[in-house]
Amino acid sequence: MEMIRSKWFFLSAGLVVLLLILPSFIPRFYVYLLALIFVTSLLAMSLNLVVGYGGLFQFHHGVFYGVGAYTIALMLKKTSLPMWMGFVAGPIAAAIVGLIIGWFCVRLTRLYFGMLQISLGSLIWVIVFRWYSFTGGDDGLPGIPIPQVLVPLSHSYYFILAILILCLIILYLILKSPFGNTLQAIRDNPQRCEAIGINVRRHQLIAIVIATFFAGVAGVLFVVLERSVSAELLFWVLSLEIFIMCLLGGWFTFAGPILGAVIMVALRTFVGIFTEYWTLILGIVLILIIFFLPEGVMGFFQKLFKPGTKAVPERGR
Amino acid sequence: MLQVETLTKSFDDFMAVNGANLTVGKGEIVAVIGPNGAGKTTLFNLITGALKRDRGKIIFKSEDISELPPYEICMKGISRSYQIVNIFPRLTVFENAQVAVLSHQRRSSNLFRPAKTIAVKETRSILESVGLLEKEKSIAGSLSHGDQKILEIAVALGNDPELLILDEPTAGMSPEETQATMELVKRLARMRGLTILFCEHDMNIVFSIAQSIMVMRHGQTIVQGTPEEVRDNKEVQEAYLGGE
Repeated sequence: MEMIRSKWFFLSAGLVVLLLILPSFIPRFYVYLLALIFVTSLLAMSLNLVVGYGGLFQFHHGVFYGVGAYTIALMLKKTSLPMWMGFVAGPIAAAIVGLIIGWFCVRLTRLYFGMLQISLGSLIWVIVFRWYSFTGGDDGLPGIPIPQVLVPLSHSYYFILAILILCLIILYLILKSPFGNTLQAIRDNPQRCEAIGINVRRHQLIAIVIATFFAGVAGVLFVVLERSVSAELLFWVLSLEIFIMCLLGGWFTFAGPILGAVIMVALRTFVGIFTEYWTLILGIVLILIIFFLPEGVMGFFQKLFKPGTKAVPERGR
Repeated sequence: MLQVETLTKSFDDFMAVNGANLTVGKGEIVAVIGPNGAGKTTLFNLITGALKRDRGKIIFKSEDISELPPYEICMKGISRSYQIVNIFPRLTVFENAQVAVLSHQRRSSNLFRPAKTIAVKETRSILESVGLLEKEKSIAGSLSHGDQKILEIAVALGNDPELLILDEPTAGMSPEETQATMELVKRLARMRGLTILFCEHDMNIVFSIAQSIMVMRHGQTIVQGTPEEVRDNKEVQEAYLGGE
């Protein structure tokens, strides 16, 4: 076990070093693409906290990403408050919206939870999409004045990478904490959790607030990278894409969603060059994965390297 | 300690529990018996709050708990195990018991300390007392059926209950396992000063360890008394013991 852990540690440390020096050697476009993958990874990781570890049907996670992005965008563009306040307000606004939507959703279970969230989330999307005077409607908000230090791509790249690593460490600690263990226990058996004295709904609601907070962080990073926002960030199609990233990468693994994000962003970018029907390729990849790697790409490799330990049976009944 | 009065619960038109009465005194071992479908499991589900009763009272330590949600009833000191194994199959044996211990210590929402450093001693001592300590690192779903049933009890002990409700603790076990499990239950009751309420199909076991027996049929309580009283009861003999 210790061996495996130190191996993972060196692997991730090596990856971080690689990501630190890479921008000096690769074209600008790829630096941008990597930064986009970082942002998307954080978004997928935040979703996986509630989907993979919490077993909740969080179908409209994109809304919280969008709320985070719009909050910082509006604050930087329309107020003269200190800029750092926008960076703080984005995640907090996302978490507050998460608290409100989550408060209704945890009253329902499974698909009903998901359907209610899509409805409530779409409500927010409609507001953003239609309120031209405030949110720019379907034009979005271009040209957001981000702090000068972050304007060069190489600077924003390192900023995004640093925040991503920080968030991943915090997410990892949360998953290994009593809270994380209990969340996984609720995923496996909510009925038994109630019987051992756990307030299941409250626990799930806290998980949603944490997940939406980090989605808000991803939204802020998106603004740092793109310097614009559009209503598409809150559209349900994006939410579906993030969900697919978790499934694709492996939702019972910690790093799986990152891999899912890499695959999705790469597919969209490179297949998108040849055809606008890149989702066709995505569909085929998805079908293959569901048939051959039901626990996702990462889940498959974990099984390969640690035979036996991940042989997880379905619910014990 | 526990007092159930004229408890009623129906599913659509079916009266699953229809006027059940039960008294459990502190430190007692009480059994509920009755043919299949008599309403034993439903009764346990009502006491622990998994189901809401239609009418009647459930008094625990002179407090009416019939309106409380399951997690609050658990906090009051009632734990249960299930007839059909109901554990956390993806978690390890240690984590299974620890989840309950953490809940009992009200540390389930602790976010930033590694779980593996918390409540280790308490969890280990529970696993040791039921004999599962050597298997603490195994994934719960991969244990044998007998071990899963024992883990079932260990999880219930994690909440350090005063009243432990066991729904057919030996269901599906071999005669040897059954014997060992009931020995374990008796030992736990003595060691931890537990009050135990259980149901069981094996009459030899029931009459050998229970101090008080409640007989149910069609959701109704026929009688509750000492094993001798129950054995001599005409109605019970007709309805249940003699009828086979």
